[in-house]
Amino acid sequence: MLKAIEAMLGGTLVSLAVFFLTLVAALPLALPLALARMSRSRVLSGAVNGYLLVMRGTPLILQLIFVYFAPYYLFGLSYDRFTAVILAFALNYAAYFAEIYRGGIEAVPRGQWEAAKVLGFTRAQTFFRIVLPQVIKRILPPMGNEVITLVKDTALAQTIGVAELFRAAQNASARQFSTAPIFVAGVFYFVMNWAVSAAFARAERRLAYYR
Amino acid sequence: MDVVTVEHLSKSFGTLEVIKDISFSVPAGEVLAVIGPSGSGKSTLLRSVTHLEQVSGGTIHVAGQCMVRDGVYADPATLRSICLRVGLVFQNFNLFPHFSALRNISEAQVRVLGRSRREADERSRSLLAKMGLADKAASYPFELSGGQQQRVSIARALALDPAVLFFDEPTSALDPELTGEILKVIRSLASERMTMVVVTHEMQFAREVADRVIFMDGGVIVEEGPAAEVIGNPRMDRTRSFLSRFGGAAR
Repeated sequence: MLKAIEAMLGGTLVSLAVFFLTLVAALPLALPLALARMSRSRVLSGAVNGYLLVMRGTPLILQLIFVYFAPYYLFGLSYDRFTAVILAFALNYAAYFAEIYRGGIEAVPRGQWEAAKVLGFTRAQTFFRIVLPQVIKRILPPMGNEVITLVKDTALAQTIGVAELFRAAQNASARQFSTAPIFVAGVFYFVMNWAVSAAFARAERRLAYYR
Repeated sequence: MDVVTVEHLSKSFGTLEVIKDISFSVPAGEVLAVIGPSGSGKSTLLRSVTHLEQVSGGTIHVAGQCMVRDGVYADPATLRSICLRVGLVFQNFNLFPHFSALRNISEAQVRVLGRSRREADERSRSLLAKMGLADKAASYPFELSGGQQQRVSIARALALDPAVLFFDEPTSALDPELTGEILKVIRSLASERMTMVVVTHEMQFAREVADRVIFMDGGVIVEEGPAAEVIGNPRMDRTRSFLSRFGGAAR
């Protein structure tokens, strides 16, 4: 069992790497997507809307397979599996984040933009100093949901052969003829998400100084 | 010298013409009240002169600079420099909720005028004191009453030393007992010869504080003149019938 736990800790590190790298890529990528979605240009907002529909309308597991295998079948190119996982996860999660950002941005009253404009703030200053801080406060609860889902979705990385926590647990389970490692993995996921929840609760408390 | 001149201004939303060929000017130091029923175009007029709405035609000069000539707007740099000479106080305050009262007033001084944070805070504190809110510097907007929030927003507009201050129904979102404190502030600014344009439903106030009154209806100026005359002794039937709804103000 000790050996199994050791293997699962190794798998956890891979899961955590997928988790953090996805966030690092998807959190910023979602912002231009959200802004493009709200663009007055019908072409731009239409194109991004199509992207969001596809990314949110098809299974992540299918997108993983596509991102990894499509370059091979189309151009004969093969590349690192882990990179493919990060790429697919980032493209998928950015779509969900973008829609949350958009909801948050649209919830900021127009009067905030107008007050800033009359005071002489540039559009960029208005967005980053006046609007965005209010958006962050508003979107924390839905973002918490998505990030918790991401922790659990990392288990999909094994689809294209990246040995993360769940794969390690399944391997251990097969070796021991026991389902126990699977349930231990469940505890691992739970602990990770407990930390995620705590981090979001802390962030919400820190932004509770205004309404 | 006129701080604001508006010539042949028109503004349409789609096919709906909300402002029809309006001309007026505001000399330095004057307090002009704009009155009229809802939908008369007075708020749109204010929003056009502060560049929150694009006009359809006409010419606007503010603080010696041309904002729009015959419907054609000046370049962005000019528009921005005009912005800095204009203050606007909104009906629903539009304070920045994530900034303290002090920072609401200081932020534009720092980011837009390039004042140092210390210099800006000093100016903000003196404005807060002037508004009777010296002890509220650290309070956030949600901790303030409507009247206090509106006074912070007046201080925020004054902090950029505007050549003219516009008020868009500054007391309409307030409880009746709180409107007095706002009117008091505007009255004291008037005594300092601050140039102001006030869109208001407070007839008594307009009569007392404004030098001149414009009565608008249906997108045109129906009557214009000294406050005591327009409100006290209106010439036009339309003005009279509007004022009669304010409890015999037209006496």
